[in-house]
Amino acid sequence: MKVLVSVKRVIDYNVKVRVKADHSAVDLTNVKMSMNPFCEIAVEEAIRLKEKGVADEVVVISVGSKSCQETLRTALALGADRAIQVETEDGLDSLSVAKLLAGVAKDEAADLIIMGKQSIDSDNNQTGQMVAALLDYPQATFASEVAVENGEAQVTREIDGGLQTLSITLPAVVTTDLRLNEPRFASLPNIMKAKKKPLDVKTPADFGVEVGSNVSIVSVTPPAERSAGIKVGSVSELVDKLKNEAKVV
Amino acid sequence: MSILVLAEHDNQSLKPATLNTITAASQIGGDVHLLVAGFECQTVITQATKVAGVSKVLSADNAVYEHQLAENIAKLVVELAQGYSHILAPATTTGKNTLPRVAALLDVAQLSDVIKVESADTFVRPIYAGNAIATVKSSDSVKVITVRATGFDAAAEEGGDAQTEVLSQVIASEKSRFVSEQLAESDRPELTAASVVISGGRGMGSGDNFKLLDGIADKLGAAIGASRAAVDAGFVPNDLQVGQTGKTVAPELYIAVGISGAIQHLAGMKDSKVIVAINKDEDAPIFQVADYGLVADLFDAVPELEKSL
Repeated sequence: MKVLVSVKRVIDYNVKVRVKADHSAVDLTNVKMSMNPFCEIAVEEAIRLKEKGVADEVVVISVGSKSCQETLRTALALGADRAIQVETEDGLDSLSVAKLLAGVAKDEAADLIIMGKQSIDSDNNQTGQMVAALLDYPQATFASEVAVENGEAQVTREIDGGLQTLSITLPAVVTTDLRLNEPRFASLPNIMKAKKKPLDVKTPADFGVEVGSNVSIVSVTPPAERSAGIKVGSVSELVDKLKNEAKVV
Repeated sequence: MSILVLAEHDNQSLKPATLNTITAASQIGGDVHLLVAGFECQTVITQATKVAGVSKVLSADNAVYEHQLAENIAKLVVELAQGYSHILAPATTTGKNTLPRVAALLDVAQLSDVIKVESADTFVRPIYAGNAIATVKSSDSVKVITVRATGFDAAAEEGGDAQTEVLSQVIASEKSRFVSEQLAESDRPELTAASVVISGGRGMGSGDNFKLLDGIADKLGAAIGASRAAVDAGFVPNDLQVGQTGKTVAPELYIAVGISGAIQHLAGMKDSKVIVAINKDEDAPIFQVADYGLVADLFDAVPELEKSL
């Protein structure tokens, strides 16, 4: 079984986000970039499937400028077998990315596509579902448990109010939620080895995809600041304020 | 101009997030049609026809729609899409699961988690976990949008008198099969719909201690939430998590108990109208967003608060 995993290079989880002064975008100059946390979980899940003998090959793909090769190398160091970069400008919209990923999935005849449920920059939570729709594959989003057997994936999903389990026929798309697994760290020897693993560079034209979007950004602004209120001295003072000042109880 | 809204329901009742989504649709302007796809969901359809602002309810009541799987519901929506300028769904796990499929099949973008309608083609949505707010404009022929419930008031449940149109399309989902569901049993309101939320953090010390919050929750009709730290420590299940990686809430009153106030948590509750923080560490960042802060040991303050309400 071949598993395809997409990874996205995003602003590091721990970096405080700043909006550019001209309100055109978030400022990414000299900011630490890392693999999107949900994509790390996707890579980890694919490697575990390989370690269990369920998957034979793990292929990682990233869409973007040359700098995303760094993210691909990280995935290779974690245990992926080979990598594909589809060379485009950074920050393509989800539908274009989904078309490119669908093209690669078809080209590679991948049996399972594992993706993060969302990236922590654009927060769209949509690319995996779009890939599945474009290929007419079934999907299991927000996965917290995945078991693959007999050409099917049984996936437990985190839904509002609890958990849902679905059985989907492969080929299929699974998107990861936070509790699916805890990603490993790459060891130094594996980081060295990853440098020698194959990394192919493709273009959107290779998949007959024209990238573009009908959505434009008007502005990006910082959120309204919430100012600190007051400290109260006792529970009775708190109740008094809630009743008479805020009038919420 | 007509707008199609996907109703969120469990075949028994219409979920509150639908009402907020209807308000968003009304703000865009035009006829609002509500699609109820489910099985043996007549009570939902009856409820739907009464919601203020809805002019037509489309009913797709068939066993194939019982679990509202993304695969077939998306195809059903695409079949209905002709004639609609906008297609909206609540940004719940159901809406987020289905609507991007609709967008891809229609070859248009999806605008996720919209919190404000500027005009029929311009919308506001948070990015970077709410640390930046983007205003986006779409020139797609049909705008596919998920709506964050906390950004809009709920439409009135009564006052409407919509006609019902029964749909004949039966689209099976052949590649995806429902196996089982485990839903947390609770008499309390749903976190994202509650007007009062009381959440506990790592300071609660244990899962058992979360029972301390029950009394206040009972008195105020509140939902109980938790910080990620409390979830990671195994005190409570994940579906109680409020924050960047959990649920976003914006109740009238949010009470944070033993929560330090990591950015992660603030991203999920900072739009609450009134925030109360109880924490023994007077330097805890939660006090920087709290309207009323009480520096106290929660094991003293919580029982006392329960008594005085």
